[in-house]
Amino acid sequence: MIELRDVDLSFGDRAVLRGVSLRLSERRIGVIGANGSGKSSFMRLLNGLVLPNRGTVTVDGLDTGTHGKDVRRKVGFVFQNPDNQIVFPVVEEDLAFGMKNLDLPKDQIAARINEVLARYDMTDLREYPAHLLSGGQKQLLAISGVLVMEPDWLVLDEPTTLLDLRNTRRIARAIDGVNQHVIMATHDLDLIAGFDRVILFDQGKVALDGPPAEVVPAYERMMG
Amino acid sequence: MLDLYSPGTSRLHRARAGWKLLALMAFGTAIFLTDTLWHVLAAGGVVVALFLLSGLTLRQAWAQVRPAIWILAILFVVQGIINSWALGAFVVARFAVLLTAAGLLTLTTRASDMIDAITFGLGFLRPVGVNPAKVGLTFSLALRFIPVLGQITQEVREAQKARGLERSLIAVALPVAIRTIKMADDVADAIDARGYRP
Amino acid sequence: MDTKSIVYIALFAALTAALALFPPIQLPGGVPITAQSLGVMLAGSLAGAKRGGLAMVLFLALVAAGLPLLAGGRGGIGVLFGPSGGFLFAWPISAFVIGYCVSKFAGDNLVKLIGWIIFGGIVVMYAIGIPWLAVAAEMPMTKALTVMLAYIPGDVIKAVLAALITRGVRRALPGF
Repeated sequence: MIELRDVDLSFGDRAVLRGVSLRLSERRIGVIGANGSGKSSFMRLLNGLVLPNRGTVTVDGLDTGTHGKDVRRKVGFVFQNPDNQIVFPVVEEDLAFGMKNLDLPKDQIAARINEVLARYDMTDLREYPAHLLSGGQKQLLAISGVLVMEPDWLVLDEPTTLLDLRNTRRIARAIDGVNQHVIMATHDLDLIAGFDRVILFDQGKVALDGPPAEVVPAYERMMG
Repeated sequence: MLDLYSPGTSRLHRARAGWKLLALMAFGTAIFLTDTLWHVLAAGGVVVALFLLSGLTLRQAWAQVRPAIWILAILFVVQGIINSWALGAFVVARFAVLLTAAGLLTLTTRASDMIDAITFGLGFLRPVGVNPAKVGLTFSLALRFIPVLGQITQEVREAQKARGLERSLIAVALPVAIRTIKMADDVADAIDARGYRP
Repeated sequence: MDTKSIVYIALFAALTAALALFPPIQLPGGVPITAQSLGVMLAGSLAGAKRGGLAMVLFLALVAAGLPLLAGGRGGIGVLFGPSGGFLFAWPISAFVIGYCVSKFAGDNLVKLIGWIIFGGIVVMYAIGIPWLAVAAEMPMTKALTVMLAYIPGDVIKAVLAALITRGVRRALPGF
């Protein structure tokens, strides 16, 4: 379980989140809100990429501030722009990067690379230069690079914003198929229609929290 | 990978990059120690022979000197006027031979092997605080982001073209620099998020 | 060295490579000026002394390794040994000096910014490149200096552009 207790977050004198308390344990959680509502900062709190100014964030009881390394092992993070997340020039090397950081043995790294490439139909792309992949392939590679580390949670910050409809659907299917707990921020309300829980952020606070059938229509009314 | 490497299977292609690099350093030093034209020409003959033995062409050997031809011509003329035409010929020949020898290394060695050799060589600097693993990561990041920034530069040029500014260096370089810096924060976060411990 | 420094070093090396894609500008007198040495100045003024200097070391290592990253698609270890090799070896030192002086002495003053970029990007660079040229080409220093005079106007233009870009970046990214 990920738990936020009375979290405040600010950058300089700009308050981003105020008094956020949440317990997250569902398998599929959507996070929505207007640009600047604080949802992206909220996502970055979940694996310790940013630390709260007040309050605590814990993952299975581990504080993100004091146990950053263990927390990152449990919570994988996928960014909006895969071009900023893919850090090695060749597909295979990039997939290996996270696992090398976990000090996994070579044969296990190779086995997991084979498995994930086969799962997403990318076996032919193993030695392909990352910059020649399509947008959808890049995002699949970014997600794969996190999944091979076998985290318990997969946190995705607007993973389809830069993609066309076909690739959005491809990513949606991939996310649907993972065993991990998923927390996804998105502007695409269709993606979270089948989720267990949706959290709506507004001006740095949780405005609404419940099943999608309740939260999504309220959000649509709010946005006019 | 963009690379000046010319694929082949010769002995020189198969030799370790580190040894080739050391050999080139020794060659470059030796050629600056002599002041006799025929030593330089003999060395040039050896280099050209190595080109042919490695399955490379004379055209490829010439291509190593061609980009420097204008500056070499200027040097020749300046030397001819202020010193002697013989010294001009000697200086120009020495550069041509050195450029050709260096080209031999570049054409027979994959960039990735050269980078591995450089990273390995930097291991000797470990006592003064150089971490070869970090150097390796930095090389990989640069190779990954050269095409990304190249693409961003093209995008910005196209966007500025619509405003007639595509030849304005500042109208292109400023947005590219801003995007580079914004990107740096995200990339650093992405590396940390995947469990990298600096 | 933290992750952010590693990323800055790599990205400014990549930016310098990307600037080679910009077509050379022809100055009256026939000397083409390339955008690439702008990368040296920006690495110093934006990434700072240490990060900028190391970014240029990385860039030169990539060129030496055989990547055609210099303007006109040139690369390979040979370019470092050529008559103008000293100017390339000066890049890391120039970037370091610019980074150091800009952060210490320039503040937000555009004229000072231009001045320190000219010092690091032209004075320091020529102070290394010209003796190299003189020694390597066996010519007196004054002749080597004369050969290089044609490049100075282009380099001054680039220093002014680098200062304007540095100021533009600081305005666009407050807190940077």
